Amino acid sequence: MTVSLTIENLSAHYGQTQVLKDLSISVAAGELVSLLGSSGCGKTTTLRIVAGFLAPTSGHVKLGDRDLTTLPAHARDIGLVFQNYALFPHLTVMENVAFGLKQRGISSSDRAKRATAMLERVGLAPLADRLPAALSGGQKQRVALARALVIEPPLLMFDEPLSNLDAKLRVDMRVEIRQLQKANGTTSLYVTHDQEEAFSISDRVAIMNAGRIMQLDTPEVLYQKPANAFVARFVGFENLIPMKTVARDGVIVTAEAAGGARLHLSQDAFGPIKDDFVLATRPDGLVTRGTGEGIPATLGTRTYLGRAYQYKCETAAGEITANGALSEMFEPGATAVLVPLPEQCCILDPEN
Amino acid sequence: MTARIHPLLGAFAILVFLFLLAPLVIIVGASLSDTTYLTFPPQGLTLRWFANIFEISAFRNTAITSFQVAILGTGLSLLIGIPAAYALNRYRVGLPKWLGTLFILPILVPEIVFGFSLLKTITIGLGLPVYPSLIIGHALLVLPYSVRVVGASLASFDFSVEEAAISLGCPPLKTFFTVVLPNIRAGVIAAFILAFITSINDVSISVFLTGPGISTLPIQILAHMEQFFDPTIASVSVLLMLVTVGVMAIVEMTLGLTFLTK
Repeated sequence: MTVSLTIENLSAHYGQTQVLKDLSISVAAGELVSLLGSSGCGKTTTLRIVAGFLAPTSGHVKLGDRDLTTLPAHARDIGLVFQNYALFPHLTVMENVAFGLKQRGISSSDRAKRATAMLERVGLAPLADRLPAALSGGQKQRVALARALVIEPPLLMFDEPLSNLDAKLRVDMRVEIRQLQKANGTTSLYVTHDQEEAFSISDRVAIMNAGRIMQLDTPEVLYQKPANAFVARFVGFENLIPMKTVARDGVIVTAEAAGGARLHLSQDAFGPIKDDFVLATRPDGLVTRGTGEGIPATLGTRTYLGRAYQYKCETAAGEITANGALSEMFEPGATAVLVPLPEQCCILDPEN
Repeated sequence: MTARIHPLLGAFAILVFLFLLAPLVIIVGASLSDTTYLTFPPQGLTLRWFANIFEISAFRNTAITSFQVAILGTGLSLLIGIPAAYALNRYRVGLPKWLGTLFILPILVPEIVFGFSLLKTITIGLGLPVYPSLIIGHALLVLPYSVRVVGASLASFDFSVEEAAISLGCPPLKTFFTVVLPNIRAGVIAAFILAFITSINDVSISVFLTGPGISTLPIQILAHMEQFFDPTIASVSVLLMLVTVGVMAIVEMTLGLTFLTK
């Protein structure tokens, strides 16, 4: 059974503070969508409202065509995986996994059969009789995953499930979570503050800030074509340079940055360019050169990155971080030109 | 290899232990004395003062009352204390800080004042008979132990475990009994024992709430001592001590004593 999750115009308050502002997301049947943002952006609040642990001020949560908004949490039939595992300390691994089945009135022989099958899928069948305290972090999270999956929920939700694991295990576990989720085709909502984790595990990612979704798109689009300055900064476009179009010649637009530096940009590469726009680049989207068409800069601190040098640069358009080739090293205080690489830049509408 | 201890520190430690244990040794000794007055060291050895306890019906009756009041009063305090401790921990963020202090007031207020105000409100004000008054009074007296000790257990309980159970389809009340309670079991038992011992030893509350025909053992001991200064008092005290030691021994064997001091 795969159904879609629809979150409609959700608003939520803690006292006087509004933590969710008219938030809407649809997760297609079988899709995994991540809510990505720093702490306090409202991602966990959203998850807790969908789970039924918090009530929204307004808005609706629907699973398929079933409206969950006023349903108590225990009647929602949602599999949840918590950051701190939340295993039942007094129950064995087997009893933990069978807990949800027991609530559904499934006979004890069927419970044992299904729980064992699930434990085999996560590779923990030999540990079935252990108590959670005798497991490692990764094993605990596998039990939690098995416990949530065994009830075959139409919706699976993850609340920072890998934050308490070490780096190597995090990568292994996210592959495992993704494989299980795909194999079962379970619609999933995944909350994380880790960009790499969100991008690697999700079909689509919602980048959140201050109770709003800034952009909901595939990881590829988010990474290459951020829709606004917030998302651009979030995915590493450190340099946001306001520009003004001064001349148009066919597809070529001549634009000027503060201080008068002029760049020629092709609308074939960037799409339609407005009169006022922001040129966004990552440090590796700007090359530091001795001469050429670009933004004049005075170079500051130099950092060796292995594949390139990185410079903190002072320009008339503000402070910019740019990379430079290893073959052409500049000393602090030198003057140079920062040349944008069109394929590594994007254009933002300042109104977004 | 043993740690080096300064001889003076060792001597001091021994003195402290003597100071703590001496009164108990003296009571045990006095209870065995073959004299009609309390004395130490015992002169002659006899168990007749222990036999005497069972011959005095007032000791039998008050002992039964004490046990009943301690068990019912402690039970009542847990019925109030466990939900209170749960609420104080579960909704810690939204609740004012003084609310937790409210529940330990019975040990902050001088017991004599507390006892008197109970007399004024329960016995005189509400006109309740002696027996229920005693139970209510003792329940309030030991409520701080229920709330604090159970609360200490709940403080280290991860409430997301409760949410996990609910998300798996277990209704909240059932979750409390099947998931929360088993995980704070040690705290509940510890609270019961501390409260039980406090109740069974209490004098200052009981002195106000006991009445004609119904009394508790400590009150009876006081009454007996006013009339007869014989070793029966010592032998009753030894029996009370043995009950306490017995309870502690059971706890030690089943749960380990460490959780009482945690």
